Amino acid sequence: MALLEIEDVTRRFGDFTAVDRVTLAIEAGEFFTLLGPSGCGKTTLLRMIAGFDLPDGGRILLNGQDLAGRPPEARPVRTVFQSYALFPHMTVEGNVAFPLKMAKTAPAEMGGKVAAALENVRLTGFGKRFPHELSGGQKQRVAIARALVTHPTMLLLDEPLAALDAKLREEMQIELINMQKEVGITFVYVTHDQTEALALSHRIAVMDRGHVEQLDAPSRIYSFPATRFVADFIGTCNLLTGPVVANAAGIVSVDVRGLGAVKVAASSSIAVGAQGAIALRPEKIALDAAAPETADNRFRGTVSDFLYHGDVTVYKVMTDAGTTLEALSANSAAGGTRFHEVGDAVGLSWPAAAGHFIAG
Amino acid sequence: MNRRGEGLGKWLVSGPPILYLLLFFAIPALIMVLASFRTPGEFGGLAPLIDEAGKPDVNVDSYVRFFTEPVYTQIFVKSFVYAVATTLLCLAIAYPLATLIARSSKRHRDLLLLLVILPFWSNFLIRVYAWMIVLGPQAALARMVNGLLGAFGAEPVSLLFSSFAVLICLVYVHLPFMVLPLYANLEKHDQALLDAAQDLGANAWQRFWRITFPLSLPGVYAGAALVFIPALGIFAIPDILGGPDDSLIGNVIKQQFLETRDWPFGSVLSIVLTVAALAFAGLAAWVGARSTRREASGA
Repeated sequence: MALLEIEDVTRRFGDFTAVDRVTLAIEAGEFFTLLGPSGCGKTTLLRMIAGFDLPDGGRILLNGQDLAGRPPEARPVRTVFQSYALFPHMTVEGNVAFPLKMAKTAPAEMGGKVAAALENVRLTGFGKRFPHELSGGQKQRVAIARALVTHPTMLLLDEPLAALDAKLREEMQIELINMQKEVGITFVYVTHDQTEALALSHRIAVMDRGHVEQLDAPSRIYSFPATRFVADFIGTCNLLTGPVVANAAGIVSVDVRGLGAVKVAASSSIAVGAQGAIALRPEKIALDAAAPETADNRFRGTVSDFLYHGDVTVYKVMTDAGTTLEALSANSAAGGTRFHEVGDAVGLSWPAAAGHFIAG
Repeated sequence: MNRRGEGLGKWLVSGPPILYLLLFFAIPALIMVLASFRTPGEFGGLAPLIDEAGKPDVNVDSYVRFFTEPVYTQIFVKSFVYAVATTLLCLAIAYPLATLIARSSKRHRDLLLLLVILPFWSNFLIRVYAWMIVLGPQAALARMVNGLLGAFGAEPVSLLFSSFAVLICLVYVHLPFMVLPLYANLEKHDQALLDAAQDLGANAWQRFWRITFPLSLPGVYAGAALVFIPALGIFAIPDILGGPDDSLIGNVIKQQFLETRDWPFGSVLSIVLTVAALAFAGLAAWVGARSTRREASGA
């Protein structure tokens, strides 16, 4: 049995359906992420797990018990809020001791538990400070220590890193992963940042307009997107759409406008004439002055634009047939900065297995 | 603007209020302190500074009188009790009211605030006299109370000209001064803090007592000061609505200056009142700061 089961949960606000018949299960000890653009229903779902919002339909079960009728204070789940929501009139110790006090912990045990929680988040010695005397990253860690001090069954994190700068965010990501491993508590993480979701999670539920579009491991979500939305939302992706013109034992040919027939490895059961899309990641396209003759797919084009990122460069290539593809290559040219300039004629090639076929 | 111009600008801005405070606060206060060491004149005011024998008129007789005649200390204590009771009653009524206003929608909020300050649009004395009618023996309230008392075989009472009338009017008059600072504070509270407290296991009462109330203390202190200090020195309400035993320190001071015409003794009473109010406020602030520190560390 899964730790948390969300069964057919719906939540409407007037005419707007924020969460639309969502069913999913979260396993104990998992780092689970709800990922999607703003308004996709991920935060509403999180608030319903915490108890701040109630479903209009469906059930939420924790350890097999229906959570309906249990207010937030009676649920063994804790939330880390985006704004941290530290109590400004209490010191760090006061904040961390708060849930212990609410749980009527014996005063003799309190000091030790608070100290241990602060040690977990590497904030020993900060106990006497007030929240306004802390940096953003430190506030974040106090919020986590406060949420974990009573050893909840589940920790809910609502975009906890959104307010931090890029460098600190990366540090905190690594810390979150380690912390989750150490304490072994199930984390349910809400974010709109797909790189964060890919880096942190065991499993990701990609949401759009109240639905779960795909629920899978990060690498599978990235490599094998189930829908065009997922392909487009996660990372950058060339979406090549058109009708299926041939299927030769699992090698499907799609007639893409402005490109021609593109081969992709897919199920042999896909019928000729069906519509489909090929999701092709920019880094899977090889750029060369002359595309090798042996490749499954090879096209010629001209570099029309590029974005230099330091370690890699993203090239926009206009094919001779008139469509633009995005290709990414590492700046590994010995003695140079990158490989191609605007206006260079290049060859594009990729094997049939590089793309991913999405039906519909 | 150059440096000299900046200095001039600063003086133009801060000069008038400083001059105002000097003329209408500092100098009169000083005059009062000086007057408290003088002898009252034969027909009121002060006796000549140099008397007929050529000796200067400087003494502490009025201070001696205050500390040796217990009736004045008693009136002081009574005034403090009234002021404290007024403050606490105002707080008890204003807190739920301010919370209600702070939590209502923007549209209703403005209307409710308007209703709170609406009484200020009519004259203070008229509002006090209005209570004479409300509490008068022919009014519905007094008839109802006496009817009830009669049913239990008790003697009828007079609501008017009583401590009850004084207190109810003190609370009525000062209530807006408690509501407004409390509302200004409560309105700024972050809902996320209450969500967090609830998430961490706090029930409704604990959320109020541990989060909302301590965070509203600056508003409570501001409101308490705005109610306590004027309530301590008030004389019109006991004059109009009080009985013979309801004279407060404000009445005695007014009496000393206007009727008995003993300026030195009136000055002494005023000075003691000011010092006592300051000491009381200081004590309250100290106690408040101490309990806040204890709460902060989670002890």
